[in-house]
Amino acid sequence: MSKIRSAFTDKRAFIPFITCGDPDLNTTAEVARAAAANGADIIIFGIPFSDPTAEGPVVQDASLRALAGGVTTDKIFDFVKELRNNVKIPFVFMTYANVVFSYGIERFMTECQKAEIDGIIIHDVPFEEKREFSDTAKECGIDIISIIAPAPAARIAMIAKEAEGFIYLISGNSNDSNIGIVSDPAEMISVIRENTDVPCVMNTDSDKTDDIPSVSDGVIAGTAVISLIEAHGKDAVSYVGEYVKSAKISL
Amino acid sequence: MESKGRFGVHGGQYLPEILMNAINELEEAYNHYKNDPEFNRELTKLLNEYAGRPSMLYYAEKMTKDLGGAKIYLKREDLNHTGSHKVNNVLGQALLAKKMGKKRLIAETGAGQHGVASATAAALLDMECVVYMGKEDTIRQALNVYRMKLLGAEVIPVTSGTATLKDAVSEAMREWTTRIEDTHYCLGSAVGPHPFPTIVRDFQALISREARAQILEKEGRLPDAVIACVGGGSNAIGSFYHFIPDESVQLIGCEAAGRGIDTFETAATFNTGSVGIFHGMKSYFCQDEYGQIAPVYSISAGLDYPGVGPEHSYLHDLGRAQYVPVTDDEAVDAFEYLSRTEGIIPAIESSHAVAHAIKLAPTMGKDKIIIITISGRGDKDCAAIARYRGEDLYE
Repeated sequence: MSKIRSAFTDKRAFIPFITCGDPDLNTTAEVARAAAANGADIIIFGIPFSDPTAEGPVVQDASLRALAGGVTTDKIFDFVKELRNNVKIPFVFMTYANVVFSYGIERFMTECQKAEIDGIIIHDVPFEEKREFSDTAKECGIDIISIIAPAPAARIAMIAKEAEGFIYLISGNSNDSNIGIVSDPAEMISVIRENTDVPCVMNTDSDKTDDIPSVSDGVIAGTAVISLIEAHGKDAVSYVGEYVKSAKISL
Repeated sequence: MESKGRFGVHGGQYLPEILMNAINELEEAYNHYKNDPEFNRELTKLLNEYAGRPSMLYYAEKMTKDLGGAKIYLKREDLNHTGSHKVNNVLGQALLAKKMGKKRLIAETGAGQHGVASATAAALLDMECVVYMGKEDTIRQALNVYRMKLLGAEVIPVTSGTATLKDAVSEAMREWTTRIEDTHYCLGSAVGPHPFPTIVRDFQALISREARAQILEKEGRLPDAVIACVGGGSNAIGSFYHFIPDESVQLIGCEAAGRGIDTFETAATFNTGSVGIFHGMKSYFCQDEYGQIAPVYSISAGLDYPGVGPEHSYLHDLGRAQYVPVTDDEAVDAFEYLSRTEGIIPAIESSHAVAHAIKLAPTMGKDKIIIITISGRGDKDCAAIARYRGEDLYE
């Protein structure tokens, strides 16, 4: 069992998302330590991309702040290796294909292995293009995290069968249901469960901890943590700590 | 699973899972309709009776004599309804969307030519239309913004990133994820995830199909060179496609060098970029060593894009087509030259192709033939060029 899977054995996992280098890597490190100390089960670190086409305005702005601050893929690897000295929970990278491809897929995955990264989510690599990245990732012991969005049941099953680590479930709008697409999270999970026991996590955009999806095995807090960093900058550490603590209790 | 839509190593479908249904639905529909006689009858009727095809292949006699070398023909896409080649693709995609039961078209636009064409097709086919346009470009191309609104489209200025064409594409893709059910994303260039590069190329390939037949009729032989401007590369791939098997025909794409390929203010993808993955495709992109997409610049809003279509990247790798940089200065000179010499005001995008022909033609014998695709007309650019020349002219 991968280290990521073991983070789900206890109860529902709480997974904050932090954009690396927003506003600087020292703050990212402090925020990550605070999140881990207050009960985060996994941390997703965003490697910023100039054109984050799959994300909304909050993450877009965080990515651009981080890049403006001079963060690079190399600096992020160094930062994670340093952080690994005292934070042991699973780490997952979230980024875009070009960040990995331009670094060299093999070189990127090898550095991930050295930094004890456990998984990677690549927004713009769907099932059809996965092989280019997954063979190398597997050799380096890194889970490729699959995203499942509203889709025909056959597609959900196809992705679920090869899923590793956890599945990032994206719910859609209910209008889709009349064109043969499974979009209700509970129904999506039941299709997934017929094909794998890999845990499913969902995103919450809410910063209210009582407004968190109830059907999944875990919750990714995407914009909540970033909004706190946006509002408080380098002083966001204690706010993030408190948020993670209350979110974790509410799960 | 086999990756689809490859041109050599380029192409593919690198896009968020949430768009895969829409892209699969589009591929299935396209594969069905592209061979459907009724669909093709309707499309041909629209192209011939509404858009004014076939476009002329015009012998530019004065230009030929002035340059003193190869015989120059102009493929006059500027004479199409809406004033550019964009209408070829848009009528195809809008008709396809309509057959798929979509009620709404969204589109990105750089210079506004694709936006205007999309708004036009939407008006004609009773569809809603929303056009995403970089804020910067809404200023550079104010007249086209008005034209789109006049045609009933909503124009949304995009302020993210560099507020130009790439950001308009990103925003249109984001918007598509939120309304897949009733919306077709009418992508205007031969870029993006499969099947877009193939769909757009197929709908633009009539440029070279016509040009090939026209030159054979006029000259009894094939041309020695075909020259077209390349941003994403839809008019160029359309101009090249039916000449690709004819190895004697040199294919030349002209990319926007902006202030020069040795400056940071350039959009010359092949001459300054490297292979990467962006906007759904593997292809050449202007980017830094960490894969961050570079802010690009060209006087031409339509060529101001950091990437290029995957089929061009393949032709480049094979050496089948050459891609040359053309600066702002050279393009503006060519804009004025063609206006004065032939009484034809070309789009500033097309002026990049004209500029290269001006350099190339005198080096070729009088028995040689060049076809330049004039992808659009330059009325939209007049105010901007006047300002470039120091005149205080605003629309």
